[in-house]
Amino acid sequence: MRFPASIQISLVFVLLALACLVIADIEVFTLNPWQELARMAEGILSPSLSGVDNLLYTLAQTIAFALSGVALSCCAGFVLALIYQNAFVRVFSAMIRSVHELFWALIFLQMFGIHPLTGVLAIALPFTGIFAKVFAEILEENRHPAMDLVGSGSSFLSRFSYTHFMQALPHLRSYTSYRFECGLRSSTVLGFLGIPTLGYYLHGAFLQGDYSQVAAVLLLFYALVATLRYWMRPVLLPLYLLATPFLLGDWASLPVNSFWRFITVDIVPAPLRNNASFADFMAWLQTLLFEQALPGLFNTLVLGQIALVGTALLALLWFPLVSEKFLSSVGRKLGHVFLVIVRSTPEYILAFVFLLLWGPSLLPAIVALALHNGALIAHLVGAASNQITLRIDHARHINLYSYEVLPQVFRQFLAFLFYRWEIIIRESAILGLLGIHTLGFFVIAAMEELRFDRALVLIACTALLNIAIDSLSRRIRVSLNINRSINHKRAE
Amino acid sequence: MNKPQLLKLEDCEIAYGPAAVFKNLNLNIGPGEQVALLGESGSGKTTLLRHLYAVLKPQGVAVVPQDFALVDNLSVFHNVYSGQLQNHSTIANLRNLVFPAAAEKTKVECLLSELQLEQKLLTPVAQLSGGQKQRTAVARAIYAGHTILLADEPVSAVDENQAELVLRLLLDAHETSVFAMHDVELALKFASRIIGLRDGEVMIDQQVAELRSDELSALY
Repeated sequence: MRFPASIQISLVFVLLALACLVIADIEVFTLNPWQELARMAEGILSPSLSGVDNLLYTLAQTIAFALSGVALSCCAGFVLALIYQNAFVRVFSAMIRSVHELFWALIFLQMFGIHPLTGVLAIALPFTGIFAKVFAEILEENRHPAMDLVGSGSSFLSRFSYTHFMQALPHLRSYTSYRFECGLRSSTVLGFLGIPTLGYYLHGAFLQGDYSQVAAVLLLFYALVATLRYWMRPVLLPLYLLATPFLLGDWASLPVNSFWRFITVDIVPAPLRNNASFADFMAWLQTLLFEQALPGLFNTLVLGQIALVGTALLALLWFPLVSEKFLSSVGRKLGHVFLVIVRSTPEYILAFVFLLLWGPSLLPAIVALALHNGALIAHLVGAASNQITLRIDHARHINLYSYEVLPQVFRQFLAFLFYRWEIIIRESAILGLLGIHTLGFFVIAAMEELRFDRALVLIACTALLNIAIDSLSRRIRVSLNINRSINHKRAE
Repeated sequence: MNKPQLLKLEDCEIAYGPAAVFKNLNLNIGPGEQVALLGESGSGKTTLLRHLYAVLKPQGVAVVPQDFALVDNLSVFHNVYSGQLQNHSTIANLRNLVFPAAAEKTKVECLLSELQLEQKLLTPVAQLSGGQKQRTAVARAIYAGHTILLADEPVSAVDENQAELVLRLLLDAHETSVFAMHDVELALKFASRIIGLRDGEVMIDQQVAELRSDELSALY
């Protein structure tokens, strides 16, 4: 018996993940994880903001970094999307989005220190690459025939804005508002690196074990995301944008010297800086690649593979929670609340929590990535399952799930999952910043030794890995013929 | 005879997709003609109109496509105005997209009132009925101000009692028209010349005045 291609591919991925699980380091290191968990639970039950000064200002700054980053990248990404057929533009967009915003932040921190530009650019740069790609796809899918029928002889911009653009506008708008939610998450997480957002206090509270403060700041973050549609109104947007530059901090102190030093000295490979021979340079590169890049790459792939399959399992387990095929409206509401909370929590913060519980192995990262991404895909698959129509005499319970619903949503589920693959790999690399030995670990180690030349080579390796995974994922999607069933709103 | 020609096709092959729809098509159309294309669905009317559009596009031509090709998210005003983008600067066009100028609104409203659609000036096209959408497409074609019109079943969705009025307005606004029709009676009433198509062949090409009634029955 031959299985369909989609099942074959799924089996290959599951087997690979099992193999990875055998070699992965998933030990629990802490002596008493339950004790720490009890302290966390106690903190969650007694949230307190006593240690946070200038709470409102911090909230405003968190929003300001997200808003300025998303606004800049939305405009730049839109312009790039218009010329996305150009190979150079495509490669450029792929490159800037293949480097995670936390890596960009590390780079800009060296250039500018804690300056508004650091946070803004760290969000704006990768988001520009993402916007360019997704906007180009949205515009491609929403071409309007009137473009070639009306106003021939008028400018491209005139015809475009009255036809293709208006046709695509609702999709562009909903994707942008989703990206803003991502921006809030990124802005918060950037606080872990010292940018003055909510994450800054979160990080401090975590390190001090002050879980009451952790709980309070997290609750504040959920409230911010949950009330998004009430305070983020189109009419208020100009006001917000005007206020933003003043909220980001002190612009005056741009350290030009450190910027020049970084791009002319710091990132030049050490052997070249010291006028050593080409052979020395090759030796330097070889050591770096074999002792850091390859082990990092290997661990990133192992983590990514297990996390991907973990994501898939959780998504398949959870999507009935928001599917009208399985639950009544009350049940679905609770399901939605659960999934929203799990997927709104930045995976970086989830990993941080599990790391405190279990110590530095791949386990915290696997669980964090699987939870966050699983909740996200469960939400998408649940929505897809609401679209299918069942026979009147359909089966019930587990038979309904396995014989009727799952077969009908499986291809869409795979499309979402493979779309998400690149992002899971990108996040696997970044979780190294927390001490797991993926690529990010070697990046942060090189930076702490002030060896920015090494850090940059390692970041470039990460970028190449992401580009390779992206293109492999696209190939699989094309070969399974599931590329078109994507809902952009939430997939990227 | 040496009439001035607007369009001249000689031994023309028109393919739509892999299969050729027309082989050896010969067709002359002169200025001032009102040509109705008749024939069953699948006979090649839409394919011929598409080809004429490709040939005539450089000199400017108004179109009423079968599927209207309106932008659903835009109001009736914007859709009609888009017919005339070439007469305004890009800046003016962008301005009218966001905040329509009163003068432009009045001009479009005037035209719409002739088509009994003035109440829908600022309604998004998505909220219109089929007939209202088609009248919007007709208004856009008229507003474009070209001398040549290509229309594919331009009153197929319009209420019966409005069809004549709409077709009259549309044809009067253009010097030369080629329009596909399924309503033979209307075609005979409005056209000066009938071209009958069947399976990619021209079965009839006659001035309406010279057309014998039994000739039409060969088409259907």
